[in-house]
Amino acid sequence: MSVVRNLGLTKEKFLLPGHSACHGCGLAINLKIVLKVLGKRTLLVIPACCSSVIQGPYPKVAFNVPTMNIAFASTGAALSGVSRALKMRGIEDVFVVGWAGDGGTVDIGIQALSGAAERGENILYICYDNQAYMNTGIQRSGSTPYGAWTTTTPIVGKKQFPKDLPLIMAAHRIPYVATASLGYLADMIRKLRKAKEIRGPRYIHLFSPCPVGWRHDSAHTVRIAKLAVETWAWPLYEVENGKVKVTVKPKRKPLKEYISLQGRFKRLTDDEIKRMEEEVIRRYEILLKMEESGIEF
Amino acid sequence: MAKWEMMTGNKAAAVGAKLARVQVIPAYPITPQTTIVEYLSKFVEQGELKAEFIRVESEHSAMAACIGAAAGGVRAFTATSSHGLLLMAEMVFWAAGARLPIGMAVVNRALAPPWNIHVEHTDSHSQRDSGFIQFYAKDNQEVLDTIILMYKVAEDERVLLPAMVCLDGFILSHTYMPVEIPDQEDVDAFLPPYEPKGFLLDPDKPLTYGSLALPDHYMEMRYDIQRSIEAARDLILKYSKEYKEIFGRDHGGLLETYKVEDADYLLISMGTLGEEAKVAADTLRKDGIKAGAVRVRVFRPFPTKTFVNTVSDKNALIVVERHLSLGGIGGALGTELKALLYGKTDVPIFDYVTGLGGRDTTYLDLAKIVKHSIKTGKPEDNYMWYNLKIG
Repeated sequence: MSVVRNLGLTKEKFLLPGHSACHGCGLAINLKIVLKVLGKRTLLVIPACCSSVIQGPYPKVAFNVPTMNIAFASTGAALSGVSRALKMRGIEDVFVVGWAGDGGTVDIGIQALSGAAERGENILYICYDNQAYMNTGIQRSGSTPYGAWTTTTPIVGKKQFPKDLPLIMAAHRIPYVATASLGYLADMIRKLRKAKEIRGPRYIHLFSPCPVGWRHDSAHTVRIAKLAVETWAWPLYEVENGKVKVTVKPKRKPLKEYISLQGRFKRLTDDEIKRMEEEVIRRYEILLKMEESGIEF
Repeated sequence: MAKWEMMTGNKAAAVGAKLARVQVIPAYPITPQTTIVEYLSKFVEQGELKAEFIRVESEHSAMAACIGAAAGGVRAFTATSSHGLLLMAEMVFWAAGARLPIGMAVVNRALAPPWNIHVEHTDSHSQRDSGFIQFYAKDNQEVLDTIILMYKVAEDERVLLPAMVCLDGFILSHTYMPVEIPDQEDVDAFLPPYEPKGFLLDPDKPLTYGSLALPDHYMEMRYDIQRSIEAARDLILKYSKEYKEIFGRDHGGLLETYKVEDADYLLISMGTLGEEAKVAADTLRKDGIKAGAVRVRVFRPFPTKTFVNTVSDKNALIVVERHLSLGGIGGALGTELKALLYGKTDVPIFDYVTGLGGRDTTYLDLAKIVKHSIKTGKPEDNYMWYNLKIG
């Protein structure tokens, strides 16, 4: 508790006890922090995802902010509607926040999100990336990492590298894009606070371990989140007004330390791990080069 | 003073939405709906209408944004057609399930392939199970008036459901007719500017909408929607009457009837075919055939008692429609009318499918159809094709 207090978070709870997330669920930790930073003047729009279930079945609910559930492909559009309605009503002190999984963001929801970003809607879109369709039972998504086992890549694992949605969003030239991880809470909270102060489209991509889908011990959620950053598999950066800044720059650890804790990578050969590591390094170095060059999106 | 203007059905829809003081308009272009969107953009950019126009990237997003806007506490409007409506379909059902009184204009158009931009009712009939109230207009004046009426009904706390006004592609959407534009003050008196009520996203009341409802609760929520849309029957009549008192026009409530009292034969149709049917009835009467016409103005909620009372004692009912349920036993109107009247009357019901993909169907065709029906005495099949060039 003292750690939480040191981060300046409110004691008020917006994710109430009784929600039905699994043990060690990264999304539940993420949502708890996000809502503590954003506060009670927040409206959530949630597409089909684990969050549509963990809020609790009717008539019970564990979310203590107004929440609108919406169809899978439509978060960006529904957010636009809410945001414009508040504008028409002259309400300015409410944060309109999309809270969506990776399937609902990088796959089926990308069109509506891209449209909202291009139009410059005053919305904060947060993707909690658990790297597969977890709510339907661990199917491969555009965000699933190379080599990962899922129920739709059951034998050979995923053969492609994931879609880089934060950079795709940066290419929309919106005011703020960031990645964050519950393994680096201070960095995450700083980014959320910054996003809170900015108007226009903002996009935050959160690392969200899933013990069930990643086949890891539920006690290892935070440890895995730290290792993802330390092995460069989950680079922490932000793109503010087009300028890239890598916000945490750890000395790189071998990728094996991160993947060996997860059953989904169990069948990877050494060659495949090497290939994965090369890609991780390549993507990280691109970010560093963009930062060093001072180039603007 | 109300003023007259020569305008298309699409302009009538846009002007109707403006008079209804819609506040958020998410919309996407599609032929033949496009000019509705263009007119509304112009009204907003010229400052004639104080509203947020969201130039969305698809019809699916158009309805999703309407849902967000309505949940955010404003009056929302969109317009679409054909493929746009079908792409939107998921959100059409969502809007009704979410109990949000969104308004929409649907310009009826056939579905591809092959590409066809002309009138047919298959697009809006495909959404008949959605929970939307469905009006079908016969002329441009009715389009304008019904857009205003639609919100009055949809926003009533006994209803709280979305509604659509359907108009025939090109026949209304792009045809100029004289339309009386009511005064804004009169419209405001009938339909006051929107006060958010019902299902509202409000930080002071942290409620959750649309969460998981398991088999213990889901059925009662469907029952509640059905009860509400059924309540719209009486409210459409009540508000049509109020509308007439202010504006002097009533387009028929649920069913518009023409010379039905002494008629032996009734032509039953929707949209602009309803106007042709009136002329056909007059033409037939000149030949000594006592014909009348019934136009189904409201398809959802389907008129029940009124329908039974209007048609039961006739010699034959002749349904003519721009729709066919492929693989089914006729068009939506014919099939539902038969289901409604089953066990209540023995009157023969002829169901003619015609005018698909915009094939011209005039009063002369309808008169021919009536004469053919009288000659055959009873329907040759579950439904009959009319004006088919093969077979």
